Amino acid sequence: MYFYSYDGSFDGLLTVVFEAFERKAWPTQIGKEGEAPPGIFATHHFVPTQEDKANRVWDGLGKKLSAAARENVYKAFLWEQPGFEMLIFQFVRLVFTSAQQGVEENFTQPCVQKMAAVGKQMFREKHRMEAFVRFQRSQDGLYVAPINPDFNVLPLVVPHFEKRYADQHWLIYDVRRQYGAYYDLEQVHLITLEEAPPSLRKGQLSPDILTAVEPLYQQLWQAYFDHVNIPERKNPKLHLRHLPKRYWKYLTEKKPRIQAHQPIQNKQVPTAVPRLKA
Amino acid sequence: MWLKLLVYQAVVPYLANVFRDLKGIEMQTPLLEKLSILADSAKYDVSCSSSGGKRKNEGKGLGNAEGMGICHSYTEDGRCVSLLKILLTNFCIFDCAYCVSRKSNDVKRAAFTVQEVVDLTINFYRRNYIEGLFLSSGIFKNADYTMERLVRVAKKLRQEHKFNGYIHLKTIPGASEELVKEAGLYADRLSVNIELPTEESLQALAPEKNFKEVLTPMGHIKDQLVLVKEEKKLFKSTPSFAPAGQSTQLIVGATAESDRQILTLADGLYQNFQLKRVYYSGYVPVVTDSRLPIISTPPIIRENRLYQADWLVRLYGFGVNELLDEQNPQLDLQIDPKLAWALRNRHVFPLEINTADYEMILRVPGVGIKSAKKIVSARRFAPLTWEHLRQIGVVLKRAKYFITCGGRSLETREWDEEAIRRKIIFGEKGSRASLWGSQLDLFQQAS
Ligand code: SF4
Repeated sequence: MYFYSYDGSFDGLLTVVFEAFERKAWPTQIGKEGEAPPGIFATHHFVPTQEDKANRVWDGLGKKLSAAARENVYKAFLWEQPGFEMLIFQFVRLVFTSAQQGVEENFTQPCVQKMAAVGKQMFREKHRMEAFVRFQRSQDGLYVAPINPDFNVLPLVVPHFEKRYADQHWLIYDVRRQYGAYYDLEQVHLITLEEAPPSLRKGQLSPDILTAVEPLYQQLWQAYFDHVNIPERKNPKLHLRHLPKRYWKYLTEKKPRIQAHQPIQNKQVPTAVPRLKA
Repeated sequence: MWLKLLVYQAVVPYLANVFRDLKGIEMQTPLLEKLSILADSAKYDVSCSSSGGKRKNEGKGLGNAEGMGICHSYTEDGRCVSLLKILLTNFCIFDCAYCVSRKSNDVKRAAFTVQEVVDLTINFYRRNYIEGLFLSSGIFKNADYTMERLVRVAKKLRQEHKFNGYIHLKTIPGASEELVKEAGLYADRLSVNIELPTEESLQALAPEKNFKEVLTPMGHIKDQLVLVKEEKKLFKSTPSFAPAGQSTQLIVGATAESDRQILTLADGLYQNFQLKRVYYSGYVPVVTDSRLPIISTPPIIRENRLYQADWLVRLYGFGVNELLDEQNPQLDLQIDPKLAWALRNRHVFPLEINTADYEMILRVPGVGIKSAKKIVSARRFAPLTWEHLRQIGVVLKRAKYFITCGGRSLETREWDEEAIRRKIIFGEKGSRASLWGSQLDLFQQAS
């Protein structure tokens, strides 16, 4: 039984893979530095991160996998759910030990299935974040958006926002993992705020930080959202499936209204029951 | 202060001129009210897709509309909110029976200025509320006068604001060819709504319109799309023309046309006018009119079935005549059109999943395009088992009546059409599962 530990970085994990192959000592568990080894009989190796070894594993994967399938290995790392290290290890081992090309499509292998499922979950969460990020404009002209995704997808969404908002300063801040991506018109920096204001975590920045017209635009957006709804077609189940409650906190259109928006009285709806003459 | 902190870390230069304040508080009420009125009257147009754009942000402009569209939110009826969908104005000189903006309807009227639409679009876009703008309008003065203003909004966004987000412009029936051409230079998508599936219905409900006025701009758009595509082959620098193509909308349930008539029309439009999408809009009663049917709820399930059938025709290789014929002119409301087809064509089944052609696997109820692709890739490695199929995402509850796996069936006995239908609708035990709830999934793919 072998327990490998690493510093928690992606390169660190790839170094573990390299070491395990070199020693031909397959891990029964992989964990972050400081995590308790499983049982007293496990042999414990701490593997310091070595970039060249990590690169060799990454390049090796590049030769045997499609770009998307290799990217999926990184996504599994950002997935962060229990057992993700072993999943990555099993998958990489399968890739390196199978002679055939295109192992990523061998859905008869459980770890290939699992990787595909993880990839799908990550894709969904990434896609959701690209949709649900809501910026609020500060007085300094910075567009700020707090997020709290289920998985660590911030690194995956950065390229999208970089392309989209190339001419504005923005900051997307993961309030759970306490780091953010800040774009300064040139490039994106990953930053940590020493003192994140509580209003950021709450999802609504306080008015003294915001630009004067920000509340107006938030209100306009809420009004728009309320008026595109068609009451006759109400379908709360479908609504919730597309827009699960856990995202509402950061969605401008789901925040309390400053003023209720009544439907415009532009319809003279025929009723099924004919009106009786008075 | 946390913002200061940032300044130290990354030095935020002062940001000038990305934003123009709206002047004065007195503007607020009118703008809010205008938006309310003009969003409310635009919402019955169902096409919301923002996909198919190819506008890349090269350099440092605003926005990017590559690849698949994003739904930024969902209304309480579960529809995707992707674009700022508004009318430029709800003043209209026409009197179409099914429309809230019709001349004779006694409603509040409003009109945006070109600049107001531009400001709203830019500011919503910068906050990541929307993918872009979908601008339509009632007809004021005449078609060209209206169209010219729509074009001006798009032009301003593209040229003055370097806006690369998505723009969908409605083409006003009767607008001149020149304006339609110009619109295509700035818009990603153009659409001309047919609304009613036959000339007779149009005559009855929208007497100022006729098929010709609708189809003429549609033809211009198609010609231009073809022309630009040809020219692009020769000169890479040819300016794009509506790169996301054109679409239209049909209202369903306001008139008596059958699903077969509707889908045949749609199929013809796809083929003759190179339409990207035909949208089906279940009729929502908005005005009292003796020419219109009185209904209590919009035909949402029928609308959903039409989308599924449309999907099968465009992406699954089905012909309209396979799904519907003279004896069966309406889609089955209880089951999806693929299952209905499979039940009528039992002689084709069962298929052996390890050997059947991809095209045939696509026709199995419970198997979508993704699953079909996965099946074909995975079976190169090992013969597939039922467990593999389940993991791949095949809905066995439906598929099991139509396939074998390694020569074996999951069902020990032959069921007739009625029995299968009952089992799928009500569940194995025949219990009355909530049918309508589970099937009411708009825009869901038929699989
Ligand atoms: S022309 Fe358009 S806006 Fe005017 S009444 Fe007819 S459908 Fe409504």
